[in-house]
Amino acid sequence: MNPEFLNTLGSIIGTATPLVIASLGETITERAGVVNLSLDGSLALAAVTGFAAAWTAQEAGIFDVPAQIAVGIAAAMLVGALIALLVAFSSIKLRRDQVAVGFVLTLLAADLARFLGADYTRIPGPQITRWSIPLLEELPILGPVLFRQNLLVYFSYFLMFAIWFWFFRSRGGLTLRAIGERPQAAYARGARVQRLRYWYTFLGGALVGLAGAAYSLNVKPGWSSPPAMQGDGWIALAIVIFGGWHPFRVVLGAYLFAALRAVSSNIQTNGLFLFGQEINFPFVLLNALPWLLMIVTLLIVSGGLTERLLQYMPRAVQRRLRAFLRSDPPKALGTRFEME
Amino acid sequence: MTSPRHIATQLLFLLLPIGISLAVAAALVIAVGRDPLDVVDALWKGAFKDSRKLGGVVNFWIPLALVSIGLVVTFRAGLWNIGVEGQMMMGALFASWGAMFIPLEGALVPLLHLLLIVLAALGGMAWAFVVGALKIRLGVNEIFGGVALNALVNVLSIYLISGPWQPRIGGSAQGTEPFPKAALLPEFSASFPVNLFMIALVIAAFLTVLGLLNATRWGLNLKAVGVNMRSALLLGVATERTSMSAFLVCGALAGIAGSYRVLFTFDNLRPLASGGIGFLGLLVVLLLSIRLLWVPLIAFAFAAILTGSTRLQIAPSLKLDASLAGVLQGMLVLFVILFQGAREVFFPGTLPDEQQASTPPPKRREGEMK
Repeated sequence: MNPEFLNTLGSIIGTATPLVIASLGETITERAGVVNLSLDGSLALAAVTGFAAAWTAQEAGIFDVPAQIAVGIAAAMLVGALIALLVAFSSIKLRRDQVAVGFVLTLLAADLARFLGADYTRIPGPQITRWSIPLLEELPILGPVLFRQNLLVYFSYFLMFAIWFWFFRSRGGLTLRAIGERPQAAYARGARVQRLRYWYTFLGGALVGLAGAAYSLNVKPGWSSPPAMQGDGWIALAIVIFGGWHPFRVVLGAYLFAALRAVSSNIQTNGLFLFGQEINFPFVLLNALPWLLMIVTLLIVSGGLTERLLQYMPRAVQRRLRAFLRSDPPKALGTRFEME
Repeated sequence: MTSPRHIATQLLFLLLPIGISLAVAAALVIAVGRDPLDVVDALWKGAFKDSRKLGGVVNFWIPLALVSIGLVVTFRAGLWNIGVEGQMMMGALFASWGAMFIPLEGALVPLLHLLLIVLAALGGMAWAFVVGALKIRLGVNEIFGGVALNALVNVLSIYLISGPWQPRIGGSAQGTEPFPKAALLPEFSASFPVNLFMIALVIAAFLTVLGLLNATRWGLNLKAVGVNMRSALLLGVATERTSMSAFLVCGALAGIAGSYRVLFTFDNLRPLASGGIGFLGLLVVLLLSIRLLWVPLIAFAFAAILTGSTRLQIAPSLKLDASLAGVLQGMLVLFVILFQGAREVFFPGTLPDEQQASTPPPKRREGEMK
């Protein structure tokens, strides 16, 4: 295969990684029944915190680069986890609406990021560097696409499989799904619903924080205002729905969005050629594509539209197609659980 | 229930979140090495130093109050109209089109203004209709539909500004040419640059919606749909039509708000002309737990903070990012919500009688997040 094409695929995998990690984090949170709507702001605040922490470590000069990165990542994960905990606390303990608190935190965290980031705008800092996996990188096709990346990307692969295993192959995962689907029943069987919800929200939030650091330390190095990842939090939230709260499908969704974005930005810089003919149209309109894709995917997975179209399909494929296209949220998502 | 002790508790639960937000904001300011008192001074002077500054506050207040009034309607129906920002922008686009291409002058200028405002309302309604149809008919959650439509209208406006509507000389993505004089809404005076008609319109919208919500069947239906969609349906409320009407009312008001930004504040169409005012409106309404009565006042306070914050960047002793205003506003709303919860959970005896039974709006219905 054309090596240039493989490199492009590789770079799509790389740039999609923050989106992958954030969507997987939110998948965990939502599986437990909590919606953390604050993603768009959390990512920004985690990104700027991660960058500022890594940069400060660099200026202090007491660490080597990997340690600086580690400091930045730890700080970013802490920020993401704390914001998520706040959502969980306000819902579980204070009985507030998760969506309201999440939305306020989205705006608050974004503004806080701008305010605190003002002194860190457009300065160079430590960056995560590529580390190809020996042997695996020599594999035909797969090597250049999957294994000439950085550690965060490899971690995202691992995360996807680990989450899948936990969700569907472990006892803990069964409980996790139960507290998101039927918390009363889970409680009756001895699950500590509230405590588990705190833990999973915390974990999901920490992953969102890691995704924030993945932007500022790798994909979009540094910090600028308005932040480079603005809007990605919303896309990640939509990807979770598109992915039907299943780790594999969520990751697929994230790669799809990243691929679309790569194609549209490539056309905007290089123009569009079909059969040797240059095709001209206002390329700025291509920026609409990810958002159109968001609406279309949500239409397909959650809408009555699919149901209506399915009626026209042969009966034999109906059920399979429905299972493939539709995605239903955890039944207790966004609701409170009261012990009685 | 109006014993002095009761009033004192009320006041405490009002002042505590405000005090904590101010304290945290002050701590932030100190953390970046500035004096909080300088910030207070800059905010105050930026908003109220003279009648021109006050005019600036009113010019933020007009669109903010309009969208907030509209959002009370959608929240009443249990709907999260995050698309309000895009509805403002669509109103701004429609009004801009009219301002550039409707050739009315002289004695017909009032007619032109009326047309532009109607156009803007239609634009906002059109975009709200899309969110509503996606939600009601096609099952797409209104939050995500709204976010996507906000982004789409921004792409459209940038396309128009850098394409078909670009200035004849020096076309860029900065904005269109200034609109013809006739299309711009007139200033009351140079020392108090506001548009009186729009102020009257805000007051009219406020009173109308207040009346509609509290004294009509429609208002009752909205509430029924917002509290429990299924039982409203069983009681014979046309739930789909009621939800859609809420979107349309909010869209119309948001569209008009957007037109004010381009026909008065800027004099041309710019990218992101809505300037986050729609989101701020959501904060205003959340702060008030969807009570319309205080919307104009809180909108004014938020408009003052926003206007004052422009001075944070230029005041020589500060040079702070204006986003501090958003931080302050966001924290206010957050702490108010959290303290309401803390009060209900830990001190239920301190609640006024009518609130003790009710749970906090806006409510989500089970399994709705899809």
